[in-house]
Amino acid sequence: MRHILSILLENEPGALARVVGLFAARAYNIDSLSVATTEDTTMSRMTIVTHGSDDIIEQITKQLNKLIEVVKVVDLTDGYHIERELMLVKVRAAGKDRDEMKRLSDIFRGRILDVTDKSYTIELTGDSDKLDAFIAAIEPGTILETVRTGASGIGRGERILKI
Amino acid sequence: MSHETALHGQLPLTHGQTHLTGAEIIMRCLAEEKVEFVFGYPGGAVLNIYDEIFKQDKFKHVLVRHEQAAVHAADAYSRSSQKIGVCLVTSGPGVTNAVTGIATAYMDSIPMIIISGQVPTHAIGQDAFQECDTVGITRPCVKHNFLVKDVKDLALTMKKAFFIASTGRPGPVLVDIPKDVTANKCAFDYPKEISMRSYNPSGKGHSGQIKKAVQLLLEAKKPMIYAGGGVVLNDASAQLTKLVRMLGSPCTNTLMGLGGFPASDPQFVGMLGMHGTYEANMAMQDCDVLLAVGARFDDRVIGNPGHFFRDGRKIIHIDIDPSSISKRVKVDVPIVGYVRDVLSEMINLIEASDKKPDATALKGWWTTIKEWQSKKCLAFKPTVGDGRIKPQAVVQALWNVTGGDAIITSDVGQHQMWAAQYYPFDKPRRWINSGGLGTMGVGIPYAMGAQLANPDATVACITGEGSVQMCIQELSTCKQYHIPMKIINLNNRSLGMVRQWQEFFYGNRYAESYMDALPDFVKLAEAYGHIGMKIEKAGDVEGALKEAMKLKDRLVFMDFITDETENVFPMIPGGKGLSEMILAEEL
Repeated sequence: MRHILSILLENEPGALARVVGLFAARAYNIDSLSVATTEDTTMSRMTIVTHGSDDIIEQITKQLNKLIEVVKVVDLTDGYHIERELMLVKVRAAGKDRDEMKRLSDIFRGRILDVTDKSYTIELTGDSDKLDAFIAAIEPGTILETVRTGASGIGRGERILKI
Repeated sequence: MSHETALHGQLPLTHGQTHLTGAEIIMRCLAEEKVEFVFGYPGGAVLNIYDEIFKQDKFKHVLVRHEQAAVHAADAYSRSSQKIGVCLVTSGPGVTNAVTGIATAYMDSIPMIIISGQVPTHAIGQDAFQECDTVGITRPCVKHNFLVKDVKDLALTMKKAFFIASTGRPGPVLVDIPKDVTANKCAFDYPKEISMRSYNPSGKGHSGQIKKAVQLLLEAKKPMIYAGGGVVLNDASAQLTKLVRMLGSPCTNTLMGLGGFPASDPQFVGMLGMHGTYEANMAMQDCDVLLAVGARFDDRVIGNPGHFFRDGRKIIHIDIDPSSISKRVKVDVPIVGYVRDVLSEMINLIEASDKKPDATALKGWWTTIKEWQSKKCLAFKPTVGDGRIKPQAVVQALWNVTGGDAIITSDVGQHQMWAAQYYPFDKPRRWINSGGLGTMGVGIPYAMGAQLANPDATVACITGEGSVQMCIQELSTCKQYHIPMKIINLNNRSLGMVRQWQEFFYGNRYAESYMDALPDFVKLAEAYGHIGMKIEKAGDVEGALKEAMKLKDRLVFMDFITDETENVFPMIPGGKGLSEMILAEEL
């Protein structure tokens, strides 16, 4: 099953390597990973999307907690949460396809950030499924380039992850 | 500045205080931690540190002959005492040589500090002479590591290193120090206490869970206690022994836990696992309530987890590391905490309870166990006539000669298993071996560390002619520091455990498992300034051991020419279950 783990960790050199190294060494999956500092610059917040059986996810959480620089780990999928990912996609947009591409982008609430005679660069935000759906909706041959940030997640309501 | 430095930060100089160099600060930190020995090897990046070692007299530096041995010796110093071993190596090859030792300590959760030199900060990343990414290379085999880029962080980092290494589930911590940091100066302030927001090992077990565990144990018809290295590391032998006696249950120890429960106690059923006793393995499989204490159900202990599973059996697991619980085996009552504290609380609860263990059920359980014991799974055929020496008999003779009271180190292979099987330990920290990583070559450096930590103890290294050659250069260190260990070389002219597997599972194709062109170990020992003995007859074994033990102040290398056809039994073939043992009598 897919899980979204939120990790609060010390903003120190090598902390990211420890997390990534742990996943590699123990053969856990990373579907996506995003990380940046928080409002407190001594701290980073990381979102890892992973998948595995309940046993594996339990081990991942325990192993992450064992890392000295990790302050807190929360499995967001345990409760209500919000998940967003940003994608930039450059698509072929020439001739009769140009209008169609604009319409499709609008349907997905995309924003066109850059245009040339032959292409659009579209910004899309949403949960990862929505971005997948957009990719599936357009002709594969029209995609020139995609870049995705990986998901960021946060709990709904009063649920917060802080020290 | 990190959170902790903000709390305990380097204070501005007050009147009369002087600046110290990084190298001087390291000396002061080691003195604050009451370090007695530093095992090390000098090199370019650590010259400033060595210059300070030259000037101080707080600790003794032990010059090894290879960095791997420095780490093993520091590791054994920890294992055989309640103190923390410290080693010091230079950058680049110094560190890479140390990696085997670090990984060995990590697998067995041994508290240890490794100080490594690094090229100057301005040269990092420039592919400088003797540069390597130490923090990167060692990251997967340390509990934690640090690169100190500013001398102002040095004292605090050293404090953190000792704190992290020795608390929670212990482990090696490495501090990598660039050469310029050892020369730069700042004020010295060593914090007495430390707290870290990201590291706070929980010590006390959940009292509700502990109550549940006690209830299960008191209601058990066929209880079993399985104790591992955690009992030794947390100095919980007294508590374990008391609890086992209160419960009247059988108790087994893992390879790492030997000595955690006295082997001479009638409730001890021997070591369990791949080469464990028939009765211990059968009792593990057949019990109705299993209490696991500071152990981790690893593959060499329970074999195939699918086979190990039994419907209805309840498992209680006490461990300081939550990730050890329910990793390979699902448990019913997990208890995270220091085993000593949790066991003490269990003892208190039982003492306060009206309930007593079910005597009738226990009687029946012990009848079954006695039947298993009657198989005498450790019996071996004695030497007949002029036949070769039986390796098992050498270990038994060593036990007799030392009164079972020596510190025994071993290398890895058949001799290690025979040492574990035929030298029963009544006390913890007497059995020093590489259980998790299975590192050949640890024997001699382990005996060095153990002897320095226990100068009055008899220290014997049970080894084989394969393993012993992996760190044989340390005979030179032993000479320099007058380490009077006794080396018991069970010489079967082959890599015995490899050969055993080839015999059982590879159609007797002995690929590269023989030892050709062996040195004359007697002459070798003499070349290093020690005493060598070669023992070829079974009748000479005990006499030779007695003679060697009389040479109290000398290292004696005893080369026992043993029967190369002997194998280790019982044996659970890889991937099989605990009750699927091969016994010697069945072959």
